[in-house]
Amino acid sequence: MPIILLRKMAKGQKGTIHRVTASGELGRRIRDLGLVPGTPFRVQGRAPLKDPVAIRVRNFTLTLRNNESDFIEAEVEEV
Amino acid sequence: MANQQADLIALAGNPNCGKTTLFNAITGAHQHVGNYPGITVEKKQGHFYVKGRQIQLVDLPGTYSLTAYSPEELVARNFLIQDRPGAVINIVDSSNLERNLYLTIQLLELGIPVLIALNMVDLAAARGLEINSRELERRLRLPVIPTVARTGRGKDEVMEAAARFGKKSEVWEPLHISYGPDIDPVLDKMEAQIQSAGFLTDSLPARWTALKYLETDEEVVRKGKQKDPAFSRKLQEIAQQVSGHLQKTLDSYPEAIIADHRYGFISALLKDGVVKQSQKSDRLYLSDQIDRVLTNRFFGPVLMILIIYALYEFTFTYSRAPVEWLGAGFSVLSEFADTSLPPGPLKSLIVSGVIDGVGGVLGFVPLILFMFFAIAFLEDTGYLARMAYMLDRVFRTFGLHGSSVMPYIISGGIAGGCAVPGVLAARTLRSSRERLATLVTAPFMNCGAKLPVFAMLIAAFFPAKEAQVMFLLTILSWVAALLIAKLIRSTVLRGPSTPFLLELPPYRMPTFKGLLIHTWERTWQYIRKAGTIILAFSILFWALMSFPELPQTERKLYDEIRASILAEAPQRVKESLSGSGASSMASDPEAEQYRHELQEVDYEEAQAELKNSMAGRIGSSLTPISSLNGFDWRINVALLSGFAAKEIIISTMGTAYSLGWSRRGEKIPLSGRLAADPSWTPLKAFSLIIFIMLYAPCFATITCIIRESTWKWGLFSLTFNTLAAFIISALLYRGGMWLGLG
Repeated sequence: MPIILLRKMAKGQKGTIHRVTASGELGRRIRDLGLVPGTPFRVQGRAPLKDPVAIRVRNFTLTLRNNESDFIEAEVEEV
Repeated sequence: MANQQADLIALAGNPNCGKTTLFNAITGAHQHVGNYPGITVEKKQGHFYVKGRQIQLVDLPGTYSLTAYSPEELVARNFLIQDRPGAVINIVDSSNLERNLYLTIQLLELGIPVLIALNMVDLAAARGLEINSRELERRLRLPVIPTVARTGRGKDEVMEAAARFGKKSEVWEPLHISYGPDIDPVLDKMEAQIQSAGFLTDSLPARWTALKYLETDEEVVRKGKQKDPAFSRKLQEIAQQVSGHLQKTLDSYPEAIIADHRYGFISALLKDGVVKQSQKSDRLYLSDQIDRVLTNRFFGPVLMILIIYALYEFTFTYSRAPVEWLGAGFSVLSEFADTSLPPGPLKSLIVSGVIDGVGGVLGFVPLILFMFFAIAFLEDTGYLARMAYMLDRVFRTFGLHGSSVMPYIISGGIAGGCAVPGVLAARTLRSSRERLATLVTAPFMNCGAKLPVFAMLIAAFFPAKEAQVMFLLTILSWVAALLIAKLIRSTVLRGPSTPFLLELPPYRMPTFKGLLIHTWERTWQYIRKAGTIILAFSILFWALMSFPELPQTERKLYDEIRASILAEAPQRVKESLSGSGASSMASDPEAEQYRHELQEVDYEEAQAELKNSMAGRIGSSLTPISSLNGFDWRINVALLSGFAAKEIIISTMGTAYSLGWSRRGEKIPLSGRLAADPSWTPLKAFSLIIFIMLYAPCFATITCIIRESTWKWGLFSLTFNTLAAFIISALLYRGGMWLGLG
């Protein structure tokens, strides 16, 4: 399955976390909230100014800025 | 290890899991809020009784994890380690088990006795989630109690279980889970070494210390270095070896592997018979449906503006009446003191120092009460998080955070707010650099106390353009606040923005009781903590404006002038002036004229007193600098008094210009006096307006900034804002002069 950055995903698209490339505080925050490899999620939408992005993961909604979502690689069905 | 405190229980959980609701349900009215020493994280404490035994309950800040990155997490962790509560009630959102149990696992790694309150089981059931709490209990080997905090369901069982736990007072037994073949052997080795060296083992389980060294936890490594630098370095070297190996083989870090395995442990824990999900899992929940409208590209911003406006109206309209009652009450009190006390410095101290000071403190209370109520409502419903989500893009450009909007708006982003509740509203910001930048810049907004001063100056120099100028000033205050925030964030508060990663909690209807408790405890904290400091400042200011008194010889001079005026007056007038018959005077134009002449002497004396006072002297001594902005000693002293409260600028200017009555017996308005003064120009008035907009916040605000951060930041906002005001206003004035606008 193709692997793309979370930033490139469209609204409503589903994916699975492939890798989190952030280290330090950001990396830890991302993992603390449950975004670890193998976790399925869905892009819920984007804020009116296209940033941040909201995703649905593990039964809750999480928002992250586009430049933070650049550290998240996802496996998707199709690009 | 140190003894546990059997009668001390901590409450831990993720944000938005109903922790505060459960805390309120358990402790009822037996609670109070304080701060953890040195930081602004709220510390809520209360107690409850089980079979006559009193048990203390501490509500730890809501966190997702127990790392050392945020002050909230550090506070929670240090409390558990240092105060060693008998047990932790870990409240867990049933609809969100996996993420919530991540904190539970970390509590168990620390080894502290845990009992789980499985909260909001009703909502989970409504979402088709069924949780077998017995099975979870069996697998985790700790009590799991289903609760609904809003209705109080399960609360008694939680209290009883916590009490039983506390009594057993057992030794901490850290949970051993597998972190995979790369970590486990190293962890075992480190644990053994730490144990035999007795490294930090007086307060920390050896395995936990080892785990934290592998996770490169700054706080634990720092503590270890203090304790035994050589041993600590040895542990760090082992951790680095593992890290290097993992980066080479798996392109990953130990902390990432550890987190993966924690989540892996959780999925295994919940598999096969703990959580049952009926088919409706993929449907759109009500909350998501609401979000389709409230965060919609078009309707989202429009509705947000309406909601902000409604909040603003609510805070400032409904609080107006109680503010007026308080004001009226205090003026009655000061009139009473005025008439019943003998004249002299004591009376002046009581009337101008104490009563005005207390009035100043309490005058903000209705505003703060309404503001906190409105914010608590937005926060508890979940809308505040959506506002931050929608506005983050804008505020981030200036180094701020989406949540900065609330403090800005309340401080006067819609002209007429107040920076005191505005600064307090910055509490909802969790990222520290963004929060400090917001604290310092929110007072640039045009608060309700600046407006009458602006109105006076606009009436004098920009008549017939009132609305336009006022609108321009609102825009300018936003531009100034955002640009200066950017400046601060790229200099003194330089640094990357704190990760946003915000949870959008499902919309919920808050309980009225919860809102009231929330509102009241924050307001009471303001009265208690800020109130005393504001009162002290108020007395200091009274002293600055009243001392030193005029020398005896000058006083005599004014008395002589008064005597000579009286001597000229006919007998009839003399009697009516010295008598108390005020009503008879009104009909006597001649007596009225003498009265005005006498009053004019009083005003001149007041002006001389002001000029002679400490404040007046400071004002005069600043004229060499302030002449750059076109300000003379009168404006300087008025600005100085405005530090007590901005609206006082008008009355001080009135005194400084010894404004009295016109020949026709009308009170001369200050704006008329200034408009007629040849030394005043529209340019000077405008540079003064800009100065007032930007300079030091009033001391009530500074006190709140100090309470919400540190002394350093209070002093910073005092000096930096004044400097910014001085430079910008001087540039405007000199630039305007150069262009020939003066």
